[in-house]
Amino acid sequence: MKKTLLLLLPLILILIFPVLVKDSYFLNLGILVLYYTFLSQAWNILSGYSGQFSFGHAAFFGTGAYASTILLTGYGVSPWIGMFVGAFVSTLIGLFIGYLTFRYKLRGAYFALSTLAFAEILRIAVQNSDFFKKTMGIMIPLKQDPWMFQFESASSYYYTILIFAGFSIWLVYRIGRSRLGFNLAAIRENEDAARSLGVNIYKNKMIAMGLSAGLTALGGSFYAQYILFIDPPTTFGTEVSISILLPVIIGGVGTVLGPLVGSLITIPLGELTSALFGDFAGVHLMVYGLILVIVILFLPEGIVGWFQDRARKKEAGMNNGILKERG
Amino acid sequence: MSIGLIAQSFVDGILMGGIYGLVAIGLTLIFGVMKIINFAQGSLMMLGMYVTYWMFTLFGVNPYLSIPISALALFIVGSLIQKGILSRMLNAPEHNQLLVTLGIMLFLENMALALWSPDFRNVQVPGMVDTLHLGQININTPKLIAFLSAAGLSILLFWFLKNTMVGKAIRATSLERQGAALVGISTSKINMIAFGLGAALAAVAGSLINPFFYTSPTVGDTFILKGFVVVVLGGLGNFLGALVGGLIIGVSESLGGALLPGSLKEMVPYIIFIAVLLLKPNGLFGGKIR
Repeated sequence: MKKTLLLLLPLILILIFPVLVKDSYFLNLGILVLYYTFLSQAWNILSGYSGQFSFGHAAFFGTGAYASTILLTGYGVSPWIGMFVGAFVSTLIGLFIGYLTFRYKLRGAYFALSTLAFAEILRIAVQNSDFFKKTMGIMIPLKQDPWMFQFESASSYYYTILIFAGFSIWLVYRIGRSRLGFNLAAIRENEDAARSLGVNIYKNKMIAMGLSAGLTALGGSFYAQYILFIDPPTTFGTEVSISILLPVIIGGVGTVLGPLVGSLITIPLGELTSALFGDFAGVHLMVYGLILVIVILFLPEGIVGWFQDRARKKEAGMNNGILKERG
Repeated sequence: MSIGLIAQSFVDGILMGGIYGLVAIGLTLIFGVMKIINFAQGSLMMLGMYVTYWMFTLFGVNPYLSIPISALALFIVGSLIQKGILSRMLNAPEHNQLLVTLGIMLFLENMALALWSPDFRNVQVPGMVDTLHLGQININTPKLIAFLSAAGLSILLFWFLKNTMVGKAIRATSLERQGAALVGISTSKINMIAFGLGAALAAVAGSLINPFFYTSPTVGDTFILKGFVVVVLGGLGNFLGALVGGLIIGVSESLGGALLPGSLKEMVPYIIFIAVLLLKPNGLFGGKIR
């Protein structure tokens, strides 16, 4: 009873947040938190569950942003449709990257660096293409038509991204309890052992990659419609990839709530530091860097991971009378 | 497309390739000894560039004469980073090691941004003839000096690792950490020296390009990505591979610049990178410090 109440209260708070908070600054903050929850949850599906750390999710994000925007500005297609086209294209790109990297069993740093290289290749390609307006970027004309994925009120954006984020949390929760999730966890812990147990490594990694890529693209389309301007560095740049993975690392890789907790910490903190040190560009990213180092040094499994670990140890301690370190 | 232009870009590529090689040698040294891929290498290079820039701007020190100062400064910064942070990460999962150096990179880059603004800064070496003419080919003098120094420094490092006690200890640690510790090598000290040296090499590379390359907080980004490409190309932990890899990337990028429109040449190193990863993941020349 106490536990359900404890869970229900934050949920209600999240639901009525736009009613409680009328100030556009804080509403924007809420939108950003949910937006990063969604994106980092998408990253979590691939990198958290299967342990294949992608440093190049900007490739998928940018694909989503550009697909829906080009379809809208060039052909008048509603972003509600365009974002699924983007997700489809992005899934194909993800599967292509997966086909190359997983086939050849690139792991760890090799995989991370090759995803980064793929994102850079896409950025340079877009930057050099007339079709994508080169480095100028694309403005999305202001329409404020819900059918065109543009709302007059920020709270509509809030509820839209809330649905996205809620869906992603639900999905990751479900995956964690499915055969796919178990397979991916086995791959993460020990790929060779998983193979010997008959887990199809390649297929499972590909499914995770496709899902992760497609979802990330939806986030890219949302970004485009929220900011109404896209250009190569802000959609395909390395910073995009880093800011997608940061909340998960801080919250807890491979956990259901990690991305939410991580975003709840990093986004307001980033805003706070840029408000405090606004005159010095870069200070808030300095703080990000510092937090990243500290978290990895002292909470290598992130905040949620640390709590889970502690709870597990406590339980094990009560049952056996001994505290065992996890290998 | 004339033969002259191709020859010109070939020469330019070789000259730039030496610098890429120098950045990569630092990366490879660190990887060879600690098995850590250092994302912060580009930021260390950037710090070296600022040391040179400020020595020149504030005290009028000739950029080439400030190289020992930037090398020493970054050696200290590097060993402190190793001692304070990375020494705790030696047995951590690979992705956490990667992320920690990423955090250091974010910190250093944005510290530079906060301290010195995003402005691009230039250093002119007083009294230097900018261009030498070799038949039809023009050679940029600072680039030539950078290349020759990079080559000389690589040879020096090679000699150091082969012939000095510290160098031998570094190689031993790189080959077999526990074995090295068993025969009485203080591996934690060796790690500090190796990381310090890696940082110093990055700083030297930075100071050497200062006269022909702008200094800015994010200048390390392009070099770090190319550094990774070069290192993977040459085989992680392989010095000569890093040098040759640097030349290959330098030349292919430069030829790409002459042949491809716009900034598409930037794509060349990444395409080579992915091709190498897929075809020869151990690099063209195999791994391990030799």
